Amino acid sequence: MKDFLFVFRADYLNMPQVSPEEMQAMTKRWMDWIGGIAAQQKLADRGNRLERTGAVVRGANLVTDGPYTEVKESIGGYTIVKAESLEEASEMAKGCPIFNFGGSVEVREISPLM
Amino acid sequence: MEGNELIPNLFRTEYRKIAAVLCKHFGFVHMEIAEDIVSDTFLTATETWGLKGLPENPVAWLYTVAKNKAKNLLKHEAVHQKTAKLLITPEQEIPDTDIDLSDENIRDSQLQMMFAVCHPSIPAESQIGLALRILCGFGIEEIADAFLTNKETINKRLFRAKEKLREENIAIAFPGKAEINKRLEMVLRTLYLLFNEGYYSASQNTVLRKDLCMEAMRLTILLLENPSTNLPPVNALLSLMCFQSSRFEARTDASGETVLYNDQDTSLWDHQLIMQGEYYLNMASQGNELSKYHLEAGIAYWHTIKEDTTEKWEQILQLYNHLLQLEYSPMAALNRTFALSKANGKAEAIVEAEKLQLDNHHLYYSLLGELYTGVDNNKARQHFEKALQMAKSTADQKIITQKIQALG
Repeated sequence: MKDFLFVFRADYLNMPQVSPEEMQAMTKRWMDWIGGIAAQQKLADRGNRLERTGAVVRGANLVTDGPYTEVKESIGGYTIVKAESLEEASEMAKGCPIFNFGGSVEVREISPLM
Repeated sequence: MEGNELIPNLFRTEYRKIAAVLCKHFGFVHMEIAEDIVSDTFLTATETWGLKGLPENPVAWLYTVAKNKAKNLLKHEAVHQKTAKLLITPEQEIPDTDIDLSDENIRDSQLQMMFAVCHPSIPAESQIGLALRILCGFGIEEIADAFLTNKETINKRLFRAKEKLREENIAIAFPGKAEINKRLEMVLRTLYLLFNEGYYSASQNTVLRKDLCMEAMRLTILLLENPSTNLPPVNALLSLMCFQSSRFEARTDASGETVLYNDQDTSLWDHQLIMQGEYYLNMASQGNELSKYHLEAGIAYWHTIKEDTTEKWEQILQLYNHLLQLEYSPMAALNRTFALSKANGKAEAIVEAEKLQLDNHHLYYSLLGELYTGVDNNKARQHFEKALQMAKSTADQKIITQKIQALG
């Protein structure tokens, strides 16, 4: 089994306003999806959400504030799963509720430092 | 009470107290001596009381005799040591202070023993075995019954465990502040396993099974009585135990057969225990900590409400989702999938169940059988039959056979 990083991206700034009920339903879908991965003993690290504000540092005098205007989508969070292959990990990612609001999941194999 | 009833009863309540104090006094190095003294005390009691009748205060009598036996032994050892520099090396020297059998010291010794016995250096089943022997006063035969094995196996297991505790030089002491949370985690795990050993055991001996659960609860309460271990996860664990044991009378019928949750007579549920469970769950909710015991107590709470509602199963599903993220277990994965079928429907649950890869558990096939029932009865039957082939206990086999018959 290898570890794969799921990076969640979406256009968080231009998201439609949702009612508390819709918000709750969305949370449930996330929890059911993560719970399903955990039930297969394939959740390595639930990960975390990321705050919307941030900074990009490109050198001592090159610091720009986030959110990053040059890209529409920003990273909202990450999770680490266990899978045999990139195909299997991608298959797992297909259940992610982020697609309901136009987001994406980037799937990357983690190559551990020796 | 007649003397012949009194001794087994006293044995139950007093053996463990004297044993804890003496073991603490002598240390793991001389633990056998301590155990011998307690056994010997009860032997003397049986003989003397049989001849001379009961003393006025049997408990005080036992304590005095145990103390004297310990003192005589210490004196004897001291003499021995002077004449021949034997067995006992200076660093193993037996402390010769008075044996203190006050309530306070009994409580402290039991608590300290609990931490020592639940030490990570010995395997969980040995921890449970030692806890049953020293902290609960169970006989070797009872322990063997509880583990569905024989006396030799248990004797060997306990012997190895004691050797290990000696080798590692484990102190019988309350862990320091820095260590307490980690060590408490081990203690709670052992108490949880002890309870489950009773609650889910395949043993037909329902009295013994109930005893194991009661002992686990008693030891958990002992932790709650001490301010430094009266912590949210401990309250959560006791809450879980209260909720679970509330169904004890309802889950077996008069002939000892298992009664499934759905068929249970709720008037046999112990509502006093359910209320206590709610009380301890409230106590557990102080602070931000969310242990697996909190989540399991939450799941057990929802099971004290018999009625099937969307809210109930949605809550149970989310609690399982969370529990699995904290700690995976095959049982939690199976139960989560059952809750999913109740909350989100069978179609989704079947897809998720197929991903679980728990082909070596009969309960996995039982679950699949359950999910396919009413969706595809042929498939349901195939799965139940597979489960029947794999089930080991007669109680499980009976339940599965009933399910197959219900398919028509």
